[in-house]
Amino acid sequence: MLEIKNLHVKLEDEDKQILKGVNLTVPAGQVHAIMGPNGSGKSTASYVLAGRDGYVVTDGTATLDGEDLLEMEPEQRAAAGLFLAFQYPVEIPGVGNMTFLRTAVNAQRKARGEDELSAGEFLKLVRQKAKALDIDADMLKRPVNVGFSGGEKKRNEILQMAMLEPRMCILDETDSGLDVDAMRLVADGVNALRSPERSFLVITHYQRLLDHIRPDVVHIMHDGRIVKSGGPELAIEVETNGYADILAEVGDA
Amino acid sequence: MPEMQVRPVQQTPTVEGVPSHRADPLAARLAALDPAQGQATARARRDALERLQAMGLPRPRDEYWRYTDPAPFNAPAPAPVPMDDAPIDPPLFSDLDRLRLVFVDGRFDAGASDPLELTGVEILPLSQADLQPGHWIGESYGVLETVGQSPVRRPFAALNTAAATDGAVIRVTGRASRPVQLLYRRTRPDRDATLHHVLRLEPGAELTLIESGLAGARVNIVVEADIAPRARLHHIVAHRAGYPRVSNTHLFARVAEGGALKSFAMAVDGLHMRNEFVVELAGDDAVVHVAGAMLGDGAGGTIHDDDTVFLTHAGLRGESRQVFKKVLKNGAVGVFQGKILVRPGAQKTDGYQISQALLLDEDSQFLGKPELEIYADDVKCSHGSTTGALDETALFYLRSRGVPRERAVVLLVLSFLADALAEIEDDDLRERIAERLEDWLTARAEA
Repeated sequence: MLEIKNLHVKLEDEDKQILKGVNLTVPAGQVHAIMGPNGSGKSTASYVLAGRDGYVVTDGTATLDGEDLLEMEPEQRAAAGLFLAFQYPVEIPGVGNMTFLRTAVNAQRKARGEDELSAGEFLKLVRQKAKALDIDADMLKRPVNVGFSGGEKKRNEILQMAMLEPRMCILDETDSGLDVDAMRLVADGVNALRSPERSFLVITHYQRLLDHIRPDVVHIMHDGRIVKSGGPELAIEVETNGYADILAEVGDA
Repeated sequence: MPEMQVRPVQQTPTVEGVPSHRADPLAARLAALDPAQGQATARARRDALERLQAMGLPRPRDEYWRYTDPAPFNAPAPAPVPMDDAPIDPPLFSDLDRLRLVFVDGRFDAGASDPLELTGVEILPLSQADLQPGHWIGESYGVLETVGQSPVRRPFAALNTAAATDGAVIRVTGRASRPVQLLYRRTRPDRDATLHHVLRLEPGAELTLIESGLAGARVNIVVEADIAPRARLHHIVAHRAGYPRVSNTHLFARVAEGGALKSFAMAVDGLHMRNEFVVELAGDDAVVHVAGAMLGDGAGGTIHDDDTVFLTHAGLRGESRQVFKKVLKNGAVGVFQGKILVRPGAQKTDGYQISQALLLDEDSQFLGKPELEIYADDVKCSHGSTTGALDETALFYLRSRGVPRERAVVLLVLSFLADALAEIEDDDLRERIAERLEDWLTARAEA
């Protein structure tokens, strides 16, 4: 599904290398987690994959089912099946959540050569999916993320994911700012989307989220590289001992 | 009534071979007009002419003309504006249930207008009201304009009062069942249009007034609105795309106790526009909102749009809001000069002012001058002015959901304008205008 090879990325505005040779393969149907200390490059990796401006890829490749992601515009990546749940979902005053969702869903369908959803079809679908995430009609009517609590914003991200049905979902610190109940709701939403055709890359600081979204593989990122990969037990090790031991072990602490 | 002495136009000695208007621009400006004499309004017109001659035409170094060149308004004749073969976008209100007054080349066209019958509303064209002995227009015409000349001089408003060819004279005694639309048309490419509307809203009355269309190659419109206690005036101006407007408009209003004025202007493009709002919250608990949403794309030529606002709080607990948004690209220039004056004793005033420009490139320009002048000690006044580019994070957010860049920009521009549009109370009118702006943005994005 997602294949990242030797990815090197620096900032556009300053000569600062953030990613220094990331190698990562997420097969179809799997959930991979990336953990790592602050500043290790986790969020940068997610932005680069989704196509945010401000970064320059100096070496390496990133493909989704063989398609070169790095050559595509952000909207093309989305249509190709990539989704990034933001750590800080953006507020867009004056644009209704529904309008936004429908615009996004139909833009992707159009880009893939599919028929656009009618207003009725869309409404039925969004209501059904919103209900599962405990998102009420009022939240759908309000402007995108405006006045939403932290938990509502993250649930709204998962709603977008559920509506867009991407093949590759990247969750960038989706657990940040969530209380226990909200985290469970978000995790349930994600788990409901798990399927043999869909993969997840979950970026997080804490093992807690991974209690709810069980990963197949956990990667530790440090200083722009994946320095260690393992099973779910790796996340528990981080939670218990911090990163120091692991980093010492790989000789980079 | 004693005849008032008209001060002769001051003439500078004419150099041989040089037309006199070179030396006296005001004389030349007046000579090019064909000012109506008026009957009921004759005295007010003479008075206005006298005031105009005393103040003269504005100069670029005048405090309130620093950012907008007065030359196109000062010139003896307007630069011709070619007639459109077909309008660029369809009318906005053609299917709206409203009473329509049509003005062609600055004169009321009875044949093109609806019958002037509306429950609770008395309507006459100025040209007819003027001929009726004892009509109240004789007492009202030019009164608010005159008051609005202090402390800032507004020569073109005086010029308008002196020379207006026609207008609408409206007295509202109840709640108007449908909006009144003033629709401007022209048949000639090179004419000035000078229109003067006078509105009188009696206590508790309510009216929605819509202005649209292009009145002439150079437009000078004055609206005087006297709003009695608890009366409400909704004022909507819609300037559609494709009109290279050279216009100077003034809204003079006085709002009595518990009365309300909500004015909103939509403008798409234009050439050289100056919109002035001079409003006094005269009574206690008056509410005044003035707002504007402007889109300017200078790709097809100069775009200059200036909103100049002067709000005076004279009563207790007055609430005023100024919300102006401009979206500028390809060298378009936006100007906002907004003032809140709080008179001594106007306690508990709540004044709010925001002017914002979204610059879609580095060639465009926004000039903002917020001013507060406060002589009461228990008031809340705030002002803000921002100039910025599109929010790249929001743009990325939308695109990461699969929304193509062009469409994402349209959504973000609409998002930027939302606060101004929210000032339109009527849902139907607000949606029409929002849709029109979206259509225009979409068409431009695809072009």
